[in-house]
Amino acid sequence: MLYREAGDFKTSYAADSQTFPIAFDRYRYWAVLAVAFLVVPFFVNDYWANAILVPFLIYAIAAIGLNILTGYCGQVSLGTGGFMAVGAFACYKLMTAFPDVSIVIHLILSGVITAAVGAAFGLPSLRIKGFYLAVATLAAQFFLVWLFNRVPWFYNYSASGQINAPERTVFGVPVTGPNTEAWAQYLICLVFVTVCAIIARNLTRGTQGRTWMSIRDMDIAAEIIGVNPLKAKLTAFAVSSFFVGIAGALFFAVYLGAVEVGEVFGIQKSFLVLFMIIIGGLGSIFGSFAGAAFLVILPVALKLVGVDLLGWPTDLVAHLQLVIIGALIMFFLIKEPHGLAQWWRVAKEKLRLWPFPY
Amino acid sequence: MKIKTLAALALSSALVAGSAAADLVIPDLSYRTGPYAAGGTPVSDGYQDYFNMLNARDGGVGGVPFRIVECETGYNTEKGVECYEATKGEGALIYQPLSTGITYQLIPKVTADNIPLHTMGYGRTSAANGEIFRNVFNYPANYWDAASVAVNYLLDENGGSLDGKTIALVYHNSAYGKEPIRTLEALSEMHGFDFTQIAVDHPGQEQKSQWLQIRRERPDYVLMWGWGVMNQVAVQEAANIGFPMENFIGNWWSGAEHDVTPAGMAADGYKSLNMNRVGDLAVFDDIKTLVHDAGNAAGDGSNLGSVLYTRGMYAAMLAAEAVAKAQEIHGVAEITPAMMRDGMEALEITEERMAELGMAGVGPAFSVSCADHGGSGLGIVQQWDAAAGNWVALTDYIAPDDSVTGPLIAEDSAAFAAENGIEPGCS
Repeated sequence: MLYREAGDFKTSYAADSQTFPIAFDRYRYWAVLAVAFLVVPFFVNDYWANAILVPFLIYAIAAIGLNILTGYCGQVSLGTGGFMAVGAFACYKLMTAFPDVSIVIHLILSGVITAAVGAAFGLPSLRIKGFYLAVATLAAQFFLVWLFNRVPWFYNYSASGQINAPERTVFGVPVTGPNTEAWAQYLICLVFVTVCAIIARNLTRGTQGRTWMSIRDMDIAAEIIGVNPLKAKLTAFAVSSFFVGIAGALFFAVYLGAVEVGEVFGIQKSFLVLFMIIIGGLGSIFGSFAGAAFLVILPVALKLVGVDLLGWPTDLVAHLQLVIIGALIMFFLIKEPHGLAQWWRVAKEKLRLWPFPY
Repeated sequence: MKIKTLAALALSSALVAGSAAADLVIPDLSYRTGPYAAGGTPVSDGYQDYFNMLNARDGGVGGVPFRIVECETGYNTEKGVECYEATKGEGALIYQPLSTGITYQLIPKVTADNIPLHTMGYGRTSAANGEIFRNVFNYPANYWDAASVAVNYLLDENGGSLDGKTIALVYHNSAYGKEPIRTLEALSEMHGFDFTQIAVDHPGQEQKSQWLQIRRERPDYVLMWGWGVMNQVAVQEAANIGFPMENFIGNWWSGAEHDVTPAGMAADGYKSLNMNRVGDLAVFDDIKTLVHDAGNAAGDGSNLGSVLYTRGMYAAMLAAEAVAKAQEIHGVAEITPAMMRDGMEALEITEERMAELGMAGVGPAFSVSCADHGGSGLGIVQQWDAAAGNWVALTDYIAPDDSVTGPLIAEDSAAFAAENGIEPGCS
């Protein structure tokens, strides 16, 4: 009954090829956007913003970025943490060097800089594949973190090697620094997530996305039908790094406010984002959101249930968290290799026939 | 979607359940898991046990009991921020995150929320300047004091001159480990010793190349700014290359029992700084009978009396004393975080008071003022006796060289004030 295309007539090519061709799906999409933009900002408090919503939105951008590279183009990357660090440090250098320029422009420029760095580290992908490429991107991860720790210019010669986000405003409202209101923090991330998701969704639906997917499915066949692997792989690296860089910049400037590269952008971050897209679903924009939500909310929810409701010792709950998340990853890999996105797809199929399945 | 709603339900019910009665709320941002748990656990045990002892013995302070809200950070800054946001709404009086990384996150946040932050012997050193860091305290001592105390001790050992000597710093490659570099550079110019820096990356389980470098360069002394598993590995590696242990000095976070016991007899003679005198304090009897025997021990109760347990208890004592001071200043028993801040700024710890509390000589006597949130900066040097299995204090409290640390603090805090548009002042 829900999600049915019956009676939903298209009268133009544009209508036929729109992102959500089913009317019900389209209304649901607009409803989610309306709630996110018009309702949540009025109710969000510091705890919700800092513990759940802001990290969820930022990880969603990072997951979209990695999903383009790994899920759509099939190039495994373990360098996400390093590329996020590039975004964060680019944003910091820009913020301190040009204090009068809007933070929004700095955030976008950080993405552009990260795209360039990502494309450079993507060059080996032309020669090597699979596990070997994973190792090459792992090298990028370690090299970039080492670089930002080693060269004092990147952290403006501060004594501690930390970078701190000064206060910057958008339309007169502070969005970075300690005096940021929860709703401002939330909204700036939401705007970036929405724009990034729309861009990513449309890129992957068009020629570019098909090129990436052909490389992913069988690179030799793709080359024979005229896909340029150099262009396809490097654009995937660049576009992916662009999103990851924006995520890193937001992570530093809006979410944490102060960053120590080795701790925040270490190898764990690369794995975390990789787990997000595996659990959420490879090759799906919705999957990036679902995976990010799952891995951000689950630890907080487990902690609330374990410590606050059941009163268990905090160390026991922290250890249980590792066990449960590990078990869930295995469960997903075995039971649903296509991730949460596949559940969503199946649910939609079932809802079409509900309540009279045949 | 389903998971989201479930989580939201769990969250909102927990938030509703967490509404508070009139207590003195003390969040304990502890870490009992991960590579730093060996250090985090005893500190947290001591911290909680002392407050529980006060509750059991005196009914809290001024008739109001303490309520501890523990939150596991795993020494991770993101979790630390989440813990801060989760606990601050309950009326938290003071934060002691026991992590320099989390401290850097919290400094702007506590300033905006007007909640005091006490970073005892860690954190941002220039927070000692209370005219700029109004809500941040790092009494009784900070890293730059520690660096200066260590160099003063070495000066004393070498008849007043370190000319031509080489001192290497093995440090945790993070904000924590990098803090003393500036001071040591200034001191090396002043006293004419060569200063080399050797970084160890988080978590510090792999230090072969660093100690090979030390073996090759043979520095006269090695100082260490380590924490967690890094300390044990460093002591073991130093033993492996045959570095003379008496020339190896850790700071006060690198000198606990669990740091040296894994290396066995090879660790004999290793030195470290300490801001506390360890020993059999009278207050431990109260904790034993009123908390541990009553079955309320934090953790497994095995750490009573250890170096870091004593330090956690010492931190709790300073907080409890500040609560009493705040109650005295404002004449109310149920204080707010802003009142707590006033109490901390007027805090005075004397030898008599420490003896009265059953912990005579546990720390240096000091007083806090608006201009000076840093305390006296004194530290002792202790040495590990592996046969007896205990730390032996080698010196009395050594004073740091304020003429070195003072200008550095003024410079760094002024930079922070300029960056954040803070008007220095005491009003």
